[in-house]
This record gives sequence, C-alpha cells and structure tokens, in this order.
Amino acid sequence: MLILTCPYCGVAADETELHPGGEAHLTREGPESDDAAFEGYLFHRKNPKGVHFERWRHSHGCGKWFHAARCTVTLEVFGSYAAQTTEPPQEIREILTARRPGWDQEAKA
Amino acid sequence: MSNIARDGARAEGEVLVEGQGPQGMISLRCDLGAAALKTALAGEGLALPAPLSLTREGARAVLWMSPDELMLLCPYDEAPALCARLSEALSGTHALVAVVSDARAAFRLTGEEALLRETLAKLTPADMRPEAMPEGCVRRTRLAQVAAAIWFEAGAAHVLAFRSGADYVFGALAYAGRSGARVGHL
Repeated sequence: MLILTCPYCGVAADETELHPGGEAHLTREGPESDDAAFEGYLFHRKNPKGVHFERWRHSHGCGKWFHAARCTVTLEVFGSYAAQTTEPPQEIREILTARRPGWDQEAKA
Repeated sequence: MSNIARDGARAEGEVLVEGQGPQGMISLRCDLGAAALKTALAGEGLALPAPLSLTREGARAVLWMSPDELMLLCPYDEAPALCARLSEALSGTHALVAVVSDARAAFRLTGEEALLRETLAKLTPADMRPEAMPEGCVRRTRLAQVAAAIWFEAGAAHVLAFRSGADYVFGALAYAGRSGARVGHL
C-alpha cells in the first residue's frame, strides 16, 4: 500500500484515494517537433527499477495534481511536491542524493 | 433520482445511520486568502476555517474542502438568499458561489464514539483514530467505492456524498454498522 502526502492539502492519502498520472516531467513536443520526438512524447515511458518521478491527482480529496518521487522497488516515498515545476525541486534532490547516491545518473540513462 | 436521504432513511444497528434530509449547501471557490472573502463571511457571522477543518455558527457551517474551495452548510431554504448575498459581497473578486444543495446527500451517524469511528474505518482508508481525526477535522476521502467528506462534530459523525451514490453510501454505512458487526479495535 502506497501512502502519498498531498502537498496542497497536507492529507496523507492512500493510493486508492489518488489517481495515477504516469511519468512526470515529460517535455510536451508540439507540431514543430520531429516525428521521433513526438513519438517519444506520446508513447515512450521510463520503467525504472528504482527512483521514479510520477504525477498523481488527489481525486478523492482536494482534487489537485501533484508530483511524487518514489522507489518502484521498495515503494519508499522520497517526497511529494507541487505540480507547477518542470523538474524535481532542490529538497527532493537532496533527499534522493542522501538515500540513493547516483540516482541522477540512472535517471539520465 | 434517489430520495433516500430526503426521506429520512434510518438504519439502527451498532450505530444509528440517518439520512439528513434536505441540507442547504453552497460551493464557494476563490483565493481563500482574499480579504474580500473574510469580509463576506464575517458579514454572515461566519469565520474562515483552517485547512482540513470547519467553523460553525448555529445551523450554518463552513467546511474547508480544498486550498481554493469552501462548502457552506445552511438550512435548505436559506441557501439561495445566502448565495446571492455572498455573490454580491464577492463581486469584483475572482470567485464562484453556487447553490449545490441537490448535488450531495448528507448522513449522520450517532452512537458510541469508538463504534462510529470503527464503522467508518471499515469503509475508508483514512485514519479514523481520534488523534488522527479529531473533532472538527474535515477529511475528504473514499467511502467504499465513492468519494465522501467525513467529520466528527458534537458526538456524531457526519458524511457528505454525491447524491448519485446516496443509496450506495447509505447501504454501505448501514451494513458496516449493522448489529453484531462490532470489532472493538478502535
């Protein structure tokens, strides 16, 4: 069971109170992009064994979209943060560096 | 349309589950930090609740629903006039005030407090222990398969759920609180 704390209302919400929104921080490729980039945006998703950034919606609560960083193996939750960002904030990066050294190299791979 | 909550449905078991009947509800969405909102509420003798809580003044209450949403409870017949007064007070502020009395059904559970918490805990993943869910704390969550808001006030548990699922919620609450269903964990 996964419990994520909604950064907007502060409720520690169970997975079943949330709606998953898939991988976070995708670049939205528009009409000017080439076919490969657009295909990647539409279809290609990471499926890491380890640190993953995700979008979630607090659908049975305040209704807000937010981001969460967690480990797909241990289900450890590193933190949740606001939706209005294109990359993980500094405090999440620091937690990840402490808990999972080398996470940013894996994320690039 | 289901009339179960309006008809004063009741089920007595380990706890008493009652449909509250017509309940005036006004949805108010705006920047909750806006000075105009505080003034508008004060004009009605109401106070802005802290996040995840409620304030009450007699038959009226203000529930904190999300960082930009409040729910006002009032007698059913007073809702349109109250809504009009609040709209007037908030004119010039980016806000939405709407009567939504018929969108949701209200239920009240009464009985021994531990059993009220236990009955709800069977249906929701939210922590129903008194330390996690004190009196006056408003928690929007899942009740079995549908969305609901729950709070404890004056020895009773209150539930708001969408009217489309009112029969379902009443049935779920009645079954969870039926005679002989006592667990004794909380």
